Parts: sequence; structure tokens; C-alpha cells
Amino acid sequence: MTSFYAQYGTFAVLVVVGCLLYAVIMTLNRAMRPSVPSPQKLTTYECGVEAIGTGWAQVNIRYYVFAFLFVIFDVEAVFLFPWAVIVGDLDSTTAISPLFAVVAMFLFILTLLEGLAYAWKKGVLTWD
Amino acid sequence: MNSALVSPANHAVAQSASVMDVGDGFLLPVLLKIAFVLGLFFVVPLVGGYMEHKVMGRMQHRRGPVEAGPFGSLQLVADGIKFIQKEDTIPRAADKWVFAAAPGVALVPAMLIFLVLPFGPGVFAVDLELGLLYALAITSVSVLGVLMGGWASANKFSLFGGLRAGAQLIAYELPLIIVAITVAVQAGTLSLVGIVEAQSTFMLAGTDINLWYVFPQFVGFGIFFVAAMAELSRPPFDMPIGDSELVFGYMTEYSGIKFAMFLLTEYGGMITMSALMVVLYLGGWQLLPGVPLPGCDGAGGLFDCGFLGTVLGVAVTMGKILALVFVMVWARVAYPRLREDQLQRISWLVLVPLSLLNLAVVTVFKVVF
Repeated sequence: MTSFYAQYGTFAVLVVVGCLLYAVIMTLNRAMRPSVPSPQKLTTYECGVEAIGTGWAQVNIRYYVFAFLFVIFDVEAVFLFPWAVIVGDLDSTTAISPLFAVVAMFLFILTLLEGLAYAWKKGVLTWD
Repeated sequence: MNSALVSPANHAVAQSASVMDVGDGFLLPVLLKIAFVLGLFFVVPLVGGYMEHKVMGRMQHRRGPVEAGPFGSLQLVADGIKFIQKEDTIPRAADKWVFAAAPGVALVPAMLIFLVLPFGPGVFAVDLELGLLYALAITSVSVLGVLMGGWASANKFSLFGGLRAGAQLIAYELPLIIVAITVAVQAGTLSLVGIVEAQSTFMLAGTDINLWYVFPQFVGFGIFFVAAMAELSRPPFDMPIGDSELVFGYMTEYSGIKFAMFLLTEYGGMITMSALMVVLYLGGWQLLPGVPLPGCDGAGGLFDCGFLGTVLGVAVTMGKILALVFVMVWARVAYPRLREDQLQRISWLVLVPLSLLNLAVVTVFKVVF
């Protein structure tokens, strides 16, 4: 029962059960809660001041830059995972020497850090 | 060694069996495991939430909840019953389907993480070989629910809250992932059970003193703790729901059971993040470094446990988890909220470079020794 399919099979079943559970909770709750809608109650930000304009406002462009930076570093992380598992096992008998593996990955990380430094120099990481 | 870098036998950790692997069939173990995960998800977060109420109360010279149940311990259950009876208003301007689905998109991943967390010797649902990657990947799905909720509410407070939350979660995801990878470098495996096992045999160089990873990687532990609090949007990192600026951020328009789902997600996240820290840095179910639990002996060490050892192991893990939850609550009471720009600056200019430096130092030590 510890085979690949058994493990990820449990995961697949759990995803389905989780989604069903949420749907069931929401459906059951329909019967348990009162529903007395009124036009006033359904306005945006009902309890507070009256909303002006629509809810979709312009937002700061910086969020877009952060998302971009994140994608770059997250791809880096994907490359780091397999490297992290084997780097400790490398020695002089393996096809790749530990020195090579470490230096190669450090060069990769430094390249990305340079990009981060550039973004910082351009002033997109701080705002005033 | 020809084409393969290293032989698989060299680094593959034997997958440990769960206590729920009974019989030869497929169905029974899966049902047991799902019951295990659901049971944990709907009970343990309530313990964390109760602790938060009580600890915050005491720290603010209040008594916290006292009425519901013994010492107010059923307060969150009572809250839940109250939430169920509340009318569920969906604003007319909102995108109804996205609005309704958002709490589920946040909640289900928070539950899925419990699939891989080891709580004791054999007490885990499955021991995925990619457990650490799985846990980190699943955590980052929750941000989608937050963004969906913020956008679908059609409320400017919600939209700004959702975007702040999105930017914050992705910014702190990075240091979190990098320090977790650092642990994987030291342990040589991504299996969470394997990492606990690796810590039980990790020795201070040149001696036979057993150490947990928190000692060589105390910087990584600190980064993980800060990033975990930010990932959970807990004070002092609660800008997405900063009540003095954004009312309640992406949750402003939510009421009733949907709001309760977001709340459960947060408490569940507190438990899973603490459990991850216990596994990665604090030696899992070991009581002290190098001291096996009573009832756990033999060559299996950590895994050859009788009933007593298993129960003690779960108790030790839960104790460590609740201790970390306590520190999170403590930080909430002790520190004021950061500003949005300070938050982003800390992550990108301090935590990310620091975590990469930590990775470099640990890797060099791992390769040299």
C-alpha cells in the first residue's frame, strides 16, 4: 500500500472528498440559515458609507512587478528541488563532482540575484 | 556509474508505512486516511484557535472565553453553530459563483496539507517522496482563493485587500521555499518522514552529539517562522485585512458560513505551518535531541515504537506544534502592524538574500563535511 499509485490515489480521492464536502456544507447550510434579502441589504459595503463607482478600481502597477519577480524566482526554486536532494550524495566517484554541482547552482542563483539587485536599483522594490 | 548521476539506491529513502496501511485492499486504508485527515482538520485548528483566544486574553489582562464549555473551551464550536445560522448575503454587484467558490478554494488546500504531515511514528496518512514540495505547492494554492474572494466581492476594500494578500503571499513564499530547500539539502530527501529520520541521525561534526536542524540552521528557522506568519496574514503581517485601512480586506463582504470557512483556513494554516516547522527543524516526534521515546528501541529507533511510544510521539509533536502556535499568538499581541511597503521591502531585500546566503553556507558545509 505504499506504492506510487496508492499514495497519489489517496491524494486524488481526498481532493474529490474535499470539494464535495465544501459543496455539501454550502448546500446543507441553505436549509439552516434564514434568507431575507432586501435591495438595501444587497448593496456593496452595506453596513458602511455608500459606495461610489464600481468595485473594480485601478490598482498600483507595483503588484504586477512583484508577480513577475515571483515567477522568475519560483522557477528557480523548481530547479533547486532536484538539485537539493542529490547534492549531498555527490562525491569523486559520481559523474559530476560536488564542486561542479555547487558552483553551477551558485552561478545560477547569482544571475537571479543580479536581477533582484537591478530591480532594487530601478526602485521597483521600494515605494514612497 | 555510467549515465546516472548517482544510483537511486544511494539517495532513495525507504518509504515508511503508515499505521493506517491495514490489509491488502485499496479502499480500507484510503478511507481510514481520509477520516484521519478530516478529523485532524476539523479538530486541531479549533485547539489552536482556543489557545489564541485564551493566550491573547491573558496577555491583555482579560480572561478570554469562559462561558461556553469548561473554561470556555467550546467557544469556537459555539461560534461555528452561530455562523451556520447566519444569513449569507452576497452583494448584488458581486460575481456570485466566484464569490461562493473562493472560501472553498482557500479551505480545501489547507486541508490537503494534512495528508503528508507526520504526527508521530507511523502516524501520518501518506509518506510522499516529494512531501516537502507537495506541502509548499499546496500552500500556495490558497492564495488563489484569497484573490478570488477579493476580486469577486466588487468592493474596493476587498479588491485592495485581495491584491495586498496576493503580493504578500508570493513575496514571502520565496524565502519560505528557499529555507525549506536548505533543509532538503541537509537531509538529502524531500520526504517529511525522511527529514525527521535524518534529524535523528544528524551529528555535530566529529562528535556523537545528536542535533536537530534548528541548531545549524537557526537563521533558516527564523526566516521560516517570519515567512510563515506572513503567509498566514497574521499580525504583525495582517495588512491584507488591516482593519484601520481596509475594514476587513478580502473578507469584508463575507458573512455566515463562508466567513467561517476563511477563519477555519487561517487556524488550519497556523497548525500546518507549525507542524512543518516541527518536522523541518524541531526533530518531529523526538522529545530531546538524541533521546528516543520510551517504548521506541531497536535498530528502527524512531519507528520501532509500541503503542506507548506512538502515543507519546503524537503528544510530543502536538506539544511542539502548540508551543509554536503560542509564539505566533505572542507575536500578534506584542508587535504593531507593519506598513505595506515595509512588508515588501523586508521580504525582497532582507529575507530573500538572507535565505539564499543561508542556502549557500549550508550547502558548502554539507559538501565539505
